[in-house]
Amino acid sequence: MNRIIAKEQLSADVYKMEIEAPYIAESRKAGQFIILQIDNDFGERIPLTIADASLERKTITIIFQAVGKTTIHLSKLNVGDKITNLLGPLGTPTKISNVGTVVCVGGGIGVAPMHPIAQAYKAAGNRVISIIGARNKDLLIMEKEIKKCSDEVIICTDDGSYGRKDLVTAPLKELCEQGIPSEVVAIGPPIMMKFVSETTRPFNVHTMVSLNTIMVDGTGMCGGCRVTVGNETKFVCVDGPEFDGHKVDFDNMMLRQKSYKNQEDHATHKCRIGLNEGEK
Amino acid sequence: MSHIRTFSELEQEAIKIYNEIKDKDLKPKDRMAIPQMDMPSQDPIIRGKNQQEVALGYTKEQAMVEAARCLQCKSAPCINGCPVSINIPKFLEEAAKGEFQKSVDVIKESSLLPAICGRVCPQESQCMEECTVGKSLKDKMKSVAIGRVERFVADLERETSEVKTPEIKPSTGFKVAVVGSGPAGLTVAADLRKDGHEVEIFEAFHKPGGVMIYGIPEFRLPKAIVEKEIETLKSMGVKFHMNFLVGRTRTIEDLMEKDGFNAVFIGSGAGLPKFMNIPGENLVGVFSANEYLTRSNLMKAYDKERVDTPIYHSKKVAVLGGGNVAMDAARMALRLGAEEVNVIYRRTKNEMPARAEEIEHAEEEGIKFHFLSNPVQILGDETGRVKAIECLKYELGEPDASGRRSPIAIKGSEFVMEMDTIIPALGNASNPLIKQTTEDLITNKWGNITVDENKRTSIKGVYAGGDIVLGAATVILAMGEGRIAAKTISEDLLNNKL
Ligand SMILES: Cc1cc2nc3c(=O)[nH]c(=O)nc-3n(C[C@H](O)[C@H](O)[C@H](O)COP(=O)(O)OP(=O)(O)OC[C@H]3O[C@@H](n4cnc5c(N)ncnc54)[C@H](O)[C@@H]3O)c2cc1C
Ligand code: FES
Repeated sequence: MNRIIAKEQLSADVYKMEIEAPYIAESRKAGQFIILQIDNDFGERIPLTIADASLERKTITIIFQAVGKTTIHLSKLNVGDKITNLLGPLGTPTKISNVGTVVCVGGGIGVAPMHPIAQAYKAAGNRVISIIGARNKDLLIMEKEIKKCSDEVIICTDDGSYGRKDLVTAPLKELCEQGIPSEVVAIGPPIMMKFVSETTRPFNVHTMVSLNTIMVDGTGMCGGCRVTVGNETKFVCVDGPEFDGHKVDFDNMMLRQKSYKNQEDHATHKCRIGLNEGEK
Repeated sequence: MSHIRTFSELEQEAIKIYNEIKDKDLKPKDRMAIPQMDMPSQDPIIRGKNQQEVALGYTKEQAMVEAARCLQCKSAPCINGCPVSINIPKFLEEAAKGEFQKSVDVIKESSLLPAICGRVCPQESQCMEECTVGKSLKDKMKSVAIGRVERFVADLERETSEVKTPEIKPSTGFKVAVVGSGPAGLTVAADLRKDGHEVEIFEAFHKPGGVMIYGIPEFRLPKAIVEKEIETLKSMGVKFHMNFLVGRTRTIEDLMEKDGFNAVFIGSGAGLPKFMNIPGENLVGVFSANEYLTRSNLMKAYDKERVDTPIYHSKKVAVLGGGNVAMDAARMALRLGAEEVNVIYRRTKNEMPARAEEIEHAEEEGIKFHFLSNPVQILGDETGRVKAIECLKYELGEPDASGRRSPIAIKGSEFVMEMDTIIPALGNASNPLIKQTTEDLITNKWGNITVDENKRTSIKGVYAGGDIVLGAATVILAMGEGRIAAKTISEDLLNNKL
């Protein structure tokens, strides 16, 4: 169990790994995630979304950006290596139904967890419009896979090196103005999810976001992952990871994600970006 | 704070008394005259900076002298005070004679984990509360220090003799799944395995032991002791599946229908941290005690050089609550380098549910207590970090029907203390995951699984015990429940009731 059976580099620091995990492969549903730990005694536990799974091969696929100590370490593991601890599937699965037209917005690495959700919406008979964005062409991932499960794909890059030179919120707003989306799903950096939610709010389009907070156990035991949703405290690992974007207090969540920021800059000497794992 | 006597002072005292009493036929009056043996402990200033165990354990002479204080009452009220009815006078009698192996064997007839219970049981509200010595001296803290002797004989066995792997009956062909590896689950596993059943434990975390590993700190319960118990279980042939969250990785139904388990025991603990629901509770710098302790114990965040899991760098910490969890969090914060650690508690010291020894140790270490105070809000700075806590003063009201004096808020008594870290340690409610993922499993309104007196749940073949049934309770109660459940499971299996 937990053996890496395939590894691929998707962009400068984004990796895809297929891992043997028979139970998780069998139980997982769209929207769920795993927690992994590389060193049993000294490693930290980090959450990563399950991007795909194969029942035949009894595997799950994760896609991650090597930005913090653990993800950098993970990116150096190779086919045949084992991941010491792998727990999952965690979180409440996405509630998928046939609502009409669903707009799936994925930003950066968030396109990876978006993929199984878009697939599931498609399979449930929805019309799926995907908006995927990245800073530039090289950082855009999974375009092919997203195209396969979408009726229409809009690509945005910050620098215009591919697709539209726009933030993902621009085409989303146009769609809302035409009254197209029955529902919106957004996964990406917190700031993107915040602005996607602000974009859809005036149009009253239900918007689901998938949060990736700091976690420890992932089972509801510690409350480290808590967020404020509509003035209530929720635990992302069990109540989420998906919540109504119009109710999430993104500002508080972003501050909480930086809880250990200065401390970690100090700890991970080679970490170029200085973000901790929770901040992807 | 009284003078804390050094190890050698205590050792000399015990040797002297031991030589005086060893050849005497002690009358109850003589026994009553023996002073209680103090527990040798690390110096408070030194221990406040390390994770090592605070209480160092009795010497041989101390154990014998303390055991000799037992009056060997015929009625043995202490046994009634013990949740698992250990034959206390008998084990003390053996210990007083220096028959330490016999002594620990007596304990093991009723308790699986004496080295652990000797350390963490709230003796002063169990066996010691009933002890005749304490009653005569009008101070239950002066009762025979039963837990300290228990700890001594269990430690001696662990450290000196090979712990025997218990005998295992011939295979019955039945297979039992145990959910959770806390004291309840470990006890069920041990007892069922001895009866010849196949036993597999499923644990969500990457290390077994439950709260004994992730919650209770090293300085109170060395992890090596818990690990040794787990090694014994492994040597008995109990299988451990780590990183396995029952309900998500596989459901109880899967375990029974697809994986062929004839019975399932749920010992998943309490494990849902309570918050106060006051403003500011989600600010940066507010951590549940569970999170704070899991980071520092299980994830070893105190080992800053080697460990990846971060822990908040705190200067002024306020811990909210008065139980063991609160004491552990406060004392951990001190050891992680906080300059000032405060405990804020709504009632007074007398009502604190924590073990008396932990309160005393916390005081010795310089933890500040604010009694009859309760937080109303946590204040943050412009970057969303904790900067202070606002509390209200309370006074004790008239005794209610139960004789308890409840605290009543004093209007206009608000006061603010500057803090950078707040740790709510208000106890745990039941984690709802198993209930949510198991159809037909009946729970009460607090989410605790409902069981009959033999620990059978509403589902045939499914049993439960420990904190998930009792609500946050104690190690010994969890173990006791495990014992009863194992007996029922074995009987149900062997009588073809499943
Ligand atoms: C900080 C702290 C200090 C304490 N101090 C004391 C003390 O001094 N004395 C005392 O007597 N008691 C103390 N207690 C209470 C005591 O630890 C508990 O009452 C006791 O551990 C309960 O045992 P249990 O076996 O029921 O559950 P736990 O010890 O909670 O173990 C449950 C286990 O089940 C696992 N689990 C949960 N859900 C699942 C699932 N779905 N699938 C798989 N595994 C799962 C958990 O990860 C955990 O390992 C303390 C508790 C805490 C938190
Ligand atoms: S990660 Fe601990 S409760 Fe969610």
